[in-house]
Amino acid sequence: MSVTVSPAAHGGARVSPLRKRADQFGDRAMLGICLLAALIAGAAIFLVGYQIVDGARPAIAKFGFAFVYETTWQPNFGEFGAGVLLFGTAVTSAFALLLGGPIAIAIGLFLTLLAPKSVGAVIGPLVELLAAIPSVILGFWGLVVLAPFVQEHVEPFLHDNFGFIPIFGEPQTTGLSVFTASLILTIMVVPIIASISRDLFQSVPRDLQDGAAALGATRWEVVRGIVLPTTSSGVIAACILGLGRALGEAIAVSQVVGAGSEISSNLFDTGSTLAAQIALQFPGALTEMHKAALFYCGVILLVIGLIANFLAGWIGRRFSYSGAVNW
Amino acid sequence: MSDLIPDPTAPLTPSGNLRRRQIVSRITEGGATAAAVIALAALVVVLWTVIARGAPAISFDFLFKGYPQGVGPMLLGTIAISIYATLIAMPIGVLVALYISEYSGAKGARTLKLILDLLNGLPSIILGLFAFIFIVAAQEKQTAFAGAVALAIIELPLIARGSQEVLQLVPKHLREASDALGVARWRAVLTVVLPTAIGGIVTSTVLAVARAAGETAPLILTTSNFDPKSFSVNPFEALPNVPTWIYKVSEEGSDAGYAEAWGMALVLVFIILVTSLGARALLARSKRKLSSS
Repeated sequence: MSVTVSPAAHGGARVSPLRKRADQFGDRAMLGICLLAALIAGAAIFLVGYQIVDGARPAIAKFGFAFVYETTWQPNFGEFGAGVLLFGTAVTSAFALLLGGPIAIAIGLFLTLLAPKSVGAVIGPLVELLAAIPSVILGFWGLVVLAPFVQEHVEPFLHDNFGFIPIFGEPQTTGLSVFTASLILTIMVVPIIASISRDLFQSVPRDLQDGAAALGATRWEVVRGIVLPTTSSGVIAACILGLGRALGEAIAVSQVVGAGSEISSNLFDTGSTLAAQIALQFPGALTEMHKAALFYCGVILLVIGLIANFLAGWIGRRFSYSGAVNW
Repeated sequence: MSDLIPDPTAPLTPSGNLRRRQIVSRITEGGATAAAVIALAALVVVLWTVIARGAPAISFDFLFKGYPQGVGPMLLGTIAISIYATLIAMPIGVLVALYISEYSGAKGARTLKLILDLLNGLPSIILGLFAFIFIVAAQEKQTAFAGAVALAIIELPLIARGSQEVLQLVPKHLREASDALGVARWRAVLTVVLPTAIGGIVTSTVLAVARAAGETAPLILTTSNFDPKSFSVNPFEALPNVPTWIYKVSEEGSDAGYAEAWGMALVLVFIILVTSLGARALLARSKRKLSSS
């Protein structure tokens, strides 16, 4: 049985010229709007970079590159150098990565290889929830709860038992220290690295792992011999991304780092970081040079952050086992 | 001779090297489990503190009245700023995602994804500095709009990447069927592709909003000098908001202020965790549905 529908009944099998024109226009408009949005996104990054450098221009003109390693920071005298801040940034982020990286990778391994599927399905998202806690609340918790605890228990313990290592020096009175800031940063980087490494470990071919196990490898030997080597570049990229996060965290660090102004080998002393200094001082900055110096800190932060991002992307692509990095 | 024939009655326990390897394996397994426990413990301790210390502060007055009885203006302001940021970021983000999935070739897609990753990697304090010099310094006054622009830049890459992943899951045969019926590309995008992916796009947006709602660094530079008594949603003045208030209180260090800050922290954490957990579950569901069809 054949049904004949007259073309006119539903607008015509042949497209009317008007409709064709409308479609041509619609296609172009759609492409145009989407392209515009893409250009805006691209322009945003350049605009941000340009504006930050622009804001820093007076400081760049006055202090030049010496700003990066000079250690005086005296707003009242108009003398600025970011050496102390750069040091604090390096120490806190390195510490957070050294402590958080292994924990996060271990969590990734636990979720993919050890935990039963149902347990992993609960714990995985919970670990990621850690990243959803706003930094100001984590910092507030660090200030009110963690800092006193660290000052009363952790710092004396480390000082008494490992005091021969200079980084575990005399504890201060408040618990606000580079050490506490590093712990807070650790909490922040763990979920990032853990969720990326979990995805990486899941991408390791099952055959390889089963093959190793069939040859008598223990679980740890499978991890060391198969899982980690095939994903190492991705894991390193994940760590660099975590590092980028730690470098740029301003709020939580500024709440617990104690706003120190000197370089100290003692982790239990106060300190400051590039990002934290901006958060602490920018709202109260009176002179233009002070603001410009803080913008200069922003420039340094931006450069380090961009390098970290490019490096992570490059390592991830260049050395990845099977393009396994997806973030 | 008897040494070479194993005693058949001996229990089957490994010895020597194998035993050592198994112990090493056990220890590392224990370490991995311990790491997961540590992370969960951190989450539980933080959340527990927020709940235990914040709950006593919560009351009707606290949520809905102006300062000093309550923190209603801050809550309203945070909601308003988040909405403004999303109004800026969502259209751009979704269009970027459409461009990546429908129009750009592989090369363009790679470039755009790189740009989005770089945007995503920008420290939020940098965006605060940007909004300050670009808008606040130019207008010579703090505005919620400036804060919203900074938050929009935080949301943009999240929305774009999330939407693009969902759009990529829209089955090819839907697009091919539209082509076969002679439907113009833009009509297919608007009436077939977008409606199929809309659930995932909305949940990605909600996730981005949850992330941006707690951001503090951009707001302390753009909308921190406000009147905590005024219920306002005017984007062209500094609006009260929760994150900067918690930050201010934590800097001042008074007990009454702390109680208030814990209360606000509880409200903020509650909203953020509930929305992000819900959105995650929905997103996983809509992705599953798309990839199975």
